[in-house]
Amino acid sequence: MRYLPLSTTDRQAMLATIGAPDIEALFADVPAEARLAGPIAGLPHHASEMAVERALMKMAAKNTTASTAPFFVGCGAYKHHVPATVDMVIQRGEFLTAYTPYQPEIAQGTLQVLFEFQTQVARLTGMEVANASMYDGSTAMTEAVFMARRITRRAKCLVSAGVHPHYTSVLKTLTRFTGDIVEAATPVLTPGAPGHDLDALIAAIDADTSCVVVQNPNLFGHIADLTPLAEACHKAGALLIVVVTEVVSLGAVKSPGEMGADIVVGEGQSLGAGLLFGGPYLGLFACREKHVRQMPGRLCGETVDASGKRGFVLTLSTREQHIRREKATSNICTNSGLIALAFSVHLTLLGEKGLRHLAALNHARAVQLAERLGRVPGVTLLNGPFFNEFTLELGREARPVVRALADKGVLGGVSLGRLWPGEKGLASGMIVAVTETATDEDFDAFEDALDEVMG
Amino acid sequence: MSTPMNNVGRPTRLVSGTGAAVETFTGNRALMLEEPLLFERGAADGCGVDLAPIPPVPDRLGGLARNAAIGLPGFSEPEAVRHYTRLSRQNYAIDLGIFPLGSCTMKHNPRLNEKMARLPGFADIHPLQPQATVQGALELIDVLADWLMKLTGMPAVAMSPKAGAHGELCGMLAIRAALDARGDERRVVLVPESAHGTNPATAAFCGFTVENIPANDRGRVDLDAMLARLGPDVAAVMITNPNTCGLFEPDLKRISDAVHAAGGYVYCDGANFNAIVGKVRPGDLGVDAMHINLHKTFSTPHGGGGPGSGPVVLSAALAPFAPIPFVRRTAKGLELVEEDTAGTHAADSFGRMVAFHGQMGMFVRALAYMMSHGADGLRQVAEDAVLNANYVLASLKDLYTAPFASSGPCMHEALFSDDFLEDTGLSTLDVAKAMIDEGFHPMTVYFPLVVHGAMLVEPTETESKANLDQLIGAMRHIAEAMLADPDAWRAAPHFAPRRRLDETQAARKPVLGWKDEAAA
Repeated sequence: MRYLPLSTTDRQAMLATIGAPDIEALFADVPAEARLAGPIAGLPHHASEMAVERALMKMAAKNTTASTAPFFVGCGAYKHHVPATVDMVIQRGEFLTAYTPYQPEIAQGTLQVLFEFQTQVARLTGMEVANASMYDGSTAMTEAVFMARRITRRAKCLVSAGVHPHYTSVLKTLTRFTGDIVEAATPVLTPGAPGHDLDALIAAIDADTSCVVVQNPNLFGHIADLTPLAEACHKAGALLIVVVTEVVSLGAVKSPGEMGADIVVGEGQSLGAGLLFGGPYLGLFACREKHVRQMPGRLCGETVDASGKRGFVLTLSTREQHIRREKATSNICTNSGLIALAFSVHLTLLGEKGLRHLAALNHARAVQLAERLGRVPGVTLLNGPFFNEFTLELGREARPVVRALADKGVLGGVSLGRLWPGEKGLASGMIVAVTETATDEDFDAFEDALDEVMG
Repeated sequence: MSTPMNNVGRPTRLVSGTGAAVETFTGNRALMLEEPLLFERGAADGCGVDLAPIPPVPDRLGGLARNAAIGLPGFSEPEAVRHYTRLSRQNYAIDLGIFPLGSCTMKHNPRLNEKMARLPGFADIHPLQPQATVQGALELIDVLADWLMKLTGMPAVAMSPKAGAHGELCGMLAIRAALDARGDERRVVLVPESAHGTNPATAAFCGFTVENIPANDRGRVDLDAMLARLGPDVAAVMITNPNTCGLFEPDLKRISDAVHAAGGYVYCDGANFNAIVGKVRPGDLGVDAMHINLHKTFSTPHGGGGPGSGPVVLSAALAPFAPIPFVRRTAKGLELVEEDTAGTHAADSFGRMVAFHGQMGMFVRALAYMMSHGADGLRQVAEDAVLNANYVLASLKDLYTAPFASSGPCMHEALFSDDFLEDTGLSTLDVAKAMIDEGFHPMTVYFPLVVHGAMLVEPTETESKANLDQLIGAMRHIAEAMLADPDAWRAAPHFAPRRRLDETQAARKPVLGWKDEAAA
C-alpha cells in the first residue's frame, strides 16, 4: 500500500511504546458490536496505480469532451483556453497541499495571492473590496441576499427573471427556513431583450425590499444599463446585487460597480478553472467598503510583522463561524482557495490588455455566429445587445434539437426546456455561447447541423 | 600564502570566524526571496498570452462598453512563473513536511489523483451537455456514491454539497424538511460544547435554536445531560464522532436510540471519519445524516483553503428529502435527475444547493484514492492514523498536559493543553510558533474550546515513524527548553519568511486590497 509508510516492525515498536497489546486495543472505546471484523464486503481490495488509471480512463473515455466537438454550451459555465502556466502554478505542492493560512508566518504565499486576488476581483467588478472566495456563483448569490438582509433589516428579495434559474433555485432552497421572502418571476422571451425585466423590478420595489438581484449579462445573454435600477433601489433604501456568470464580459461591458451595484457576486470559472462538469468552481464576492463587516467568508488583509516588514493575515474573523458560532455571517469554512489562485494567475497572464482583447474577441466571434445562425430558416435571434451568449427562438421544442445536434457531433447550446421544464412559453428557446475557442470550422459545422435538424 | 585550490583547480576558501550577518541590498536572503505585489511590478500593458486578431465587426454592446481603466496589471509568462514560484516558496505544505493540524486531516495527496482529475473526459466536459454525452461522468459519481454508502453503512448519499459546512447544511435541511413533511414544529438542536463552529452556524441557518450540551470529565458528551434534555421540542442532535477531542463517543448508539425514541434525528459531523473508515460504519451507530469531507479522509488536496467536497450520507428516513440533482440508474443508462424529473422521482426533495452537480474534480480524486487503497487498505488507513496519534500521545504525555490520556487511548488525534506552561508566561501560541522554527507546521491551537490552550495533534497515517520521532523530539525539546528558560521563547518564529504578524492592526484598520499611492 503505497501511501502508508509504517512497516510491520514500526507498528510493533509503536504499540510497545504505547503499551497496547495490539491495534484493536486502541479501538477499545468502540462498542464491540459496532466493530467490523474485516474489510467491508462488496468493495474491491487495493489496486496498483496502473489498474486505477485503466479503470478511470475507461469511464473518462465514455464522455464527449468540449475540445473534441464544435462546442457552444454556456449558461453559467464557459469553455475558455486556460494557459499552461496556470496548471503548473496550481500543481506546485506549496500551493496544492497547504491548508487555510491559519499560521501566517509560513503561509505568506497563499496570503499574498489572496490579497492580489481580492484586489483583482474588486477592480474587475468595479467594487471596493472582495473576499477570498465562495464555493460558486450560486452560493455566493445566496450569501449576498443574506448580507443585504443583515444590512437593511428587511426580508424581501426581488430576483430578476434573467437570473440563472439554478441560482434562483439555490436561493429558494437556502432561504426556506430563514424568514427571507424571495420573489422571482418567470422570464419572457421579449424580442430585443429576452429576460429583461428592469421596469417591473423597479415598480415592485417597496419599503420591505432588502435587495434586488439582477444578472448582467443575463441568462439569455442580454446586457442592460443597471443605473436606473440602482437609483430606484437606493431611493427605497434597498441594495442592488448584481450577478455575473461570465467574468470575461467585464473586459468589455461596463462593470456593475460603475452602474451602482452595492454587492457583486459572480462565477469565476471562466478564468483558470476549466469546465470540470460543474465543479470545483469559484464564487466571487465583492461589495462597498462600508459593508465589509457584514461580508461572509474569509478576508485577507495587510499588516506588518514584529520587525516591521509588510505581511498578510486572515482578518475580521469575528464575523465567522469558528468565533461567532450560531451568530456568524455564514457557516462557510473551506472555500475555493486553489481555484482563486488559478483565476488570479490567468488574470495576471492576461492583464488589462489581454482581458480586453479576449473580451473583444469573444464578443466579435459571438456577433459573427449570431448573425449566421439568425439566417438559418426557422431560426430567430432574439437578442439586441449581448456579449458572448445569445438566445435563439426555434419555433419548435428546443430540447430534441439540442439532442439531435449532439447526435451530429455538435454540442450546440442549452435548451430552455432543460432549465425551465414545463414552461411552454420557453420551450422553443436555445442559448448559444461563443468563446475564443470556437473556430470557423466549428461555426460551419454548427450552422450546417442546425440547418439539417431544422429542415 | 597562496589561495587554496579545490580538486578541479578553482580557488576555494572556507569562511573562518563568525562574520556578522549583513543587510542585503535586495532584502533577499539567498534562497529566501522577497516578492513584491503584482500591482507594484506588473505593467498596465503587460501580457502573457497571445490571442487571435479580433474580427472587425460592429459591436452589439448597446452603448455599454467599458471604457474607463480597470487597473489590472499583467505579466509576461516568465514574469508570472517567477512571481508565483517565489510566492509558493513562502508556504509550508504537506509536500514539505508534517502538517499535524488536528481536525483537518492533512494527509499526503497522491499525485495519481491529480493526473486522473485532469483526464479531458472528466475535466473538459460541461455540466449542461446532453446526458448521453456524459455517461462516464455520471458513472463515476454513481460508483463513488456506492463506495460512500458501503463505507458508512447508509442507504443514500447526496453528492452535491461543496464542502463540509455545506454538507452539514444539506443534512440539517433534510432533517428540517422531514420534520415539516410530518407537520412537526420541534426546533431545538442539541450540540456538544466541543463541536466545530460550523455546527451551530449551520443549525441557525435552518431555523433551529441551538442549545449546548456539556462534556464530561472524560472528554465525551455528558450522556445524562443529553438524555435529560431530549423531548418533544428537540429536532436533532449534532454530534461529532470521533469527537473534536480526538475521542470516540462510546454512547453514540444509545444516544441515537434515545433521540429516535424522542422523535428527533441524529446528525453526525464526519470531519473525523479518517479514524474509523473501514473499522466502524456510522450507519451501525444509528446516524441519520453525516457529511464526509473528501478533502480530509479521501485525500483530495486542501489547496490553501479549498476546494473541498462534502457528500452527505442519509438514512432511509431522510433519503426522500435529499437535494437535486442526483444520479439514478435506469434501463437506458444513468440519468441525472434535475428539476424536470424531480417532480416525478423526488417530490419530497428539499431542492437544489448548488448551480450544478457538485465537485466533480474532487470526486475523481477521491475515487482514485479509494480504489488505490481498497476496502482492505482503508481499514489500514484508520488503524495507522490511530496508531500514529497514540504514539504521539504516549511519547509526550509526561511533558505536555494530556487532559484525557488517563481515560484510555485516543483516536486519530492527540489533545494537549498548555497547563504545563503555567507560571512561565508562555502559552500554546508560543509552542506553535517555536514549532515553525523547527520546520513543522503547528498543530491546531485553541480548539476545541473545552480545553485550556488546546493543542490538537493529528499526524495522519501518511507519516512515517521516523517523521513522528523527529516531531516528538522537537516538541519535547521545546517544552523542556521553555520550562528551563521561558524568556527565550517569546519571539519565535525567528527563521520563517515573517516574524509574528500584527493581527490586531489588520482587524482594526482593514487593508483588504492594494491601493495605488496616487489614489490613497
